[in-house]
Amino acid sequence: MTALSIKGISKRFGQLHALNQVSLEVEQGEFFALLGPNGAGKTTLISILAGLTRADSGEARIMGHCVQRDYRQARRMLGVVPQELAFDPFLTVRETLVFQSGYFGLHRNTRWIDAIIDGLGLQDKADSNMRALSGGMKRRVLVAQALVHKPPVIILDEPTAGVDVELRQSLWQFIRTLNHDGHTIILTTHYLEEAETLCQRIAMLKSGQIVALDKTANLLHSGGELYFDVSVERDDLPPALANQAKPIGERRYSFKLNRPAEMEPVLAALREAHIDVADASLRHPDLEDVFVQIMERA
Amino acid sequence: MSGFPTLLHKELIRFWRVWFQTIVAPIITAMLYLLIFSHALAHRVSVYPGVDYISFLVPGLVMMSLLQNAFANSSSSLIQSKITGNIVFVLLPPISWFEFYAAYLIGSIFRGAMVGLGVWLGTWLFVPPHLQHPVWSLLFALLGGGLLGTLGIVAGIWSEKFDQLAAFQNFIIMPLTFLSGVFYSIHSLPTFWLNISRFNPVFYLIDGFRYGFFGISDVAPLTSLLVAGGCFVALSALCLLLLQRGYKLRH
Repeated sequence: MTALSIKGISKRFGQLHALNQVSLEVEQGEFFALLGPNGAGKTTLISILAGLTRADSGEARIMGHCVQRDYRQARRMLGVVPQELAFDPFLTVRETLVFQSGYFGLHRNTRWIDAIIDGLGLQDKADSNMRALSGGMKRRVLVAQALVHKPPVIILDEPTAGVDVELRQSLWQFIRTLNHDGHTIILTTHYLEEAETLCQRIAMLKSGQIVALDKTANLLHSGGELYFDVSVERDDLPPALANQAKPIGERRYSFKLNRPAEMEPVLAALREAHIDVADASLRHPDLEDVFVQIMERA
Repeated sequence: MSGFPTLLHKELIRFWRVWFQTIVAPIITAMLYLLIFSHALAHRVSVYPGVDYISFLVPGLVMMSLLQNAFANSSSSLIQSKITGNIVFVLLPPISWFEFYAAYLIGSIFRGAMVGLGVWLGTWLFVPPHLQHPVWSLLFALLGGGLLGTLGIVAGIWSEKFDQLAAFQNFIIMPLTFLSGVFYSIHSLPTFWLNISRFNPVFYLIDGFRYGFFGISDVAPLTSLLVAGGCFVALSALCLLLLQRGYKLRH
């Protein structure tokens, strides 16, 4: 049984085609990324899976349960960390989790609630009112709320947006443990290095359509290009080089090459222009390069 | 197991944690009404034979407070959750639309009943307690809490801003409750307003509730029960339809 099955999902908001015939499957135990620029349809797709939005056509199933017809079972199987920082100002952290657990019909869930409080580093704040928490702590509680009913499938919609490095690392460590324990993780993020490091497969959405769907390794090697990153002492690149160079920092440029031998003409042009090279490295494309290429092509 | 008991529990503690604002304040307001109206009008107005004006005022004020607070409970809970975004926490779990309705409805009836009971107890300071047909009063109290609680759910679902809810409260709830015979018998009104009042379901709730106190009413209590019950069933059907379709909750 697939963890997630989406077949021909379409959704319009007035004139906007938010999703157009989107189909994909995610296997159980996968760590899967759903990437795309703002407005690509990621959150709409997640909302349809969570039952917060109804698709105009198509069908979505979570662990075999249709999100519309069999919504009770489908929702039991799914934990969603929403993008917006929402909280109930009347409740403490522990109460928030106890209530969320109760909404899923789990009225004696103290042991697991304690485990996620510990796992997410919320012990010191367990009895604090939600209003008193920092943004990062509130984000942790959102994650805890999504896990409170031990769902086999967990969707994280931009879980690290506006979160400091320390929390980001501890959060991923916890999510990785859940993935090792068999939970299927579906992630949307604008931090592409997170998706590259964590996810085995990636789908890319643009304007409501899937424009790429493959294993992360295949996507990274799909183009066959190389990137030659050069730091120079002066900014006035000769016109021939300036056309090829992509600025990636202060006096730092990246050149897209087809093979390593193409480094030499770049270096020769710099020598000819009397521009010293402070640093240079040849690298394979990272996910950000691949993402930009795919979005430009699509 | 269902999420209904937890949602109901949350709805109850939501108003209970701010009890001074949600329970005590409306009781004080009703006491002020009683004090002012009874002093101003006690010797000038005679509504029912053998019933003095302060006694006449008591069931009307109890019911008005009950109705306004039942409406306020469900509507404010929903609008706050929608605006702060935490409504998502009750939309993600497997809670059915009927359970959702029932939890908000019972929460509203409970708060309305607590305020109504508090107002009634407060009136004992002025008027000795007297209930001729307590079952009728209880029936109309529950029906009133249910009707206005349901109207609060509909208003909470429909409103997207506090302004819209305030408009609903000021232009629908207030006229319905004030122009319903809380402070007078509709028979004292000119024919035109008397006929208008007959289209106000809150009038039947207050009239029926008052019958429980004195055994006298403007309309037969069974008629009031049927009208108010019919309105409750119709409004509940509308509310359940909105919830089932996810109107303004699930896009």
